Amino acid sequence: MSDIAYRRAPVLNMIIWSLVMVWVVAASFPFLWTFWGSFKVQGDFFSKADWTNAITGVRTQAETGGTFTGNGYFGAWVTKSFWVAAINTGIIVFSVVIISLTLGTLGGYALARSGKRYAFYLLMLALVFRAMPHITLVSGYLLPFFEWNLWGHIPTGIIVMVAINQPFTLWMLHSFFLNIPKDLDESAMVDGCTRFQAFRHVIVPVMWPGVVTTGLFSFLLAYNDFTVTATLLSQANQTMVPKIASFLGTTQTEGNVMFAVAAVVSATAPLFILILFFQRQIVSGLTAGAVKG
Amino acid sequence: MKNRTFFWFILPSLITMLLFIALPIVSVVVQSLHIEHEAVLNEVENCGPFGCKKELVIDVEETAKLKDDRPLGKFNGLGTYTNRNHLAFTEIRQAWQLSDGVADFVSKSLNLPFYRALAFTLTYTFVVTPLVLMFGFLIALGVNSLPKYIKGPTIFVSLLPMIVTPLIGSLILFWMIDAQGIIGSILQQIFDDPNLSLKASPLLTWIMLMVYGVWHSSPFAFIVFYAGLQTVPSDTIEAAMIDGASRWERTKYVVLPHLMPLTMFILLIQLMDNFRVFEPIVGFSAQANATSLSWIIYNDISNNEDQFFGSAGATSVLTIIGVSILLIPVLIRTWRDFNRKVV
Repeated sequence: MSDIAYRRAPVLNMIIWSLVMVWVVAASFPFLWTFWGSFKVQGDFFSKADWTNAITGVRTQAETGGTFTGNGYFGAWVTKSFWVAAINTGIIVFSVVIISLTLGTLGGYALARSGKRYAFYLLMLALVFRAMPHITLVSGYLLPFFEWNLWGHIPTGIIVMVAINQPFTLWMLHSFFLNIPKDLDESAMVDGCTRFQAFRHVIVPVMWPGVVTTGLFSFLLAYNDFTVTATLLSQANQTMVPKIASFLGTTQTEGNVMFAVAAVVSATAPLFILILFFQRQIVSGLTAGAVKG
Repeated sequence: MKNRTFFWFILPSLITMLLFIALPIVSVVVQSLHIEHEAVLNEVENCGPFGCKKELVIDVEETAKLKDDRPLGKFNGLGTYTNRNHLAFTEIRQAWQLSDGVADFVSKSLNLPFYRALAFTLTYTFVVTPLVLMFGFLIALGVNSLPKYIKGPTIFVSLLPMIVTPLIGSLILFWMIDAQGIIGSILQQIFDDPNLSLKASPLLTWIMLMVYGVWHSSPFAFIVFYAGLQTVPSDTIEAAMIDGASRWERTKYVVLPHLMPLTMFILLIQLMDNFRVFEPIVGFSAQANATSLSWIIYNDISNNEDQFFGSAGATSVLTIIGVSILLIPVLIRTWRDFNRKVV
């Protein structure tokens, strides 16, 4: 390809560059701002006098003796026991990812290899299930769960989230398995393997890229969930997101907002690290369903 | 694959979906046809120095017992659907008869909780979805033409708004647009109005929520379009150039048609996700000015003392009907495309 043919008018270049610049600032600035502000006191982060106080930390200096303070973090993690919520989130997210992937690989593999009419109907059904707003499903769970004393427990939350994630997981893994050549498992079966043995010994070793990518999205769905965790878990089993929401119910007390700010930054950090390491998988996962499916 | 094998492979996944997605839908329908028991009242004669009075007293024990025996409540038919909090047929008819014009009628209907939520949900869906498609496409075009070494960091930054927990993302923006936050106070300085508050006016609240929606969802469209741009056949582009097509014509006749299937995919996902808009309303504490269908369901069931399962059920059924209507065109298209590919 010749570069001359692709050269642009300078004006167009300017427009494109400024658009991208604006977007980059819009996407990153809120996070930088909140991260910086989480080390200040409320009087600076929500400054009545001058918003630049949040950068310089005038009140923080006056109240705590330094321009940075960890009070928000101490309050959230220790005083308000945010660590309990963090542990709960860890347990729930880990279990959801493992169970979703186990069920999803089996189902996705079957859907990719079936070629029958009903496999297609099942995929369409999964798509319809994917469209259901989660809160409508939750309003269906509550009454039976109360009656059978299932409400509030962590396993209940896990299984519900696994189910809600299933349609998406099935679609994604299905499109990944379509990319693994059929000949691979079929030749194993010619050699005398049963379907499950072929899956176990031939497909499992080569499926990991797809599984990792799908796992990332299951992780995000479980980690970011508010609807299910806020309504189906009891106070003691609360996860991070509803816990942050509950900080806000008591914002009247000075300083409590800073607990929420610190908690928000703490809860965003793992996501940040996640993108840092898995950027390529996330990008390929987002497009897997679209480009191939 | 043999039917039997297929069945065993899909079974665990199918069971969870049937138990926790299909059954709850049935449960929601059943709930919506029932209504909470009324309290059991006993007539008690109260005699004092000035004669006897008859009073109605709530029989707590009996009420609790009734609740225990039949937790669903009593059968109400379609009563919940037609009451004031849902489709409100009576109120709508009255509003129609009494109002001076269409505008008056609309504003009267929008005072009813269900229609208010429906109006916001639909506006949100149909404003945010096209904007997300547009911004996503523009950013993808922009990033695609960047030098290689800044592409990676740009994509990294772009992923942040999408990947962050919706509630947390909306809180972060909410704090910034607070009257004492950075954006809020800068806006006050620009418009020279110390009382300007984005939270107070319904219009500004709606705009704020939609800006959040676009901010949150554009990266998704961007990434998908960006990946699509990598697969645009260069032969076709070059052929178009030899034929003398301008940059704009190349984009219009080669790139856009190539990205059409992706646009359908993003549209499908965005319609689904925007119709269930809920977390931003909680994050922005916007319920006074904007409510969505998902939010009113949440409001019915989140209260620990009084949960209105009948009401939540009815709204849920109406929401599910809404989702179906919204998605039928897209689903039919996906169905056709898929059929063509499979057969």
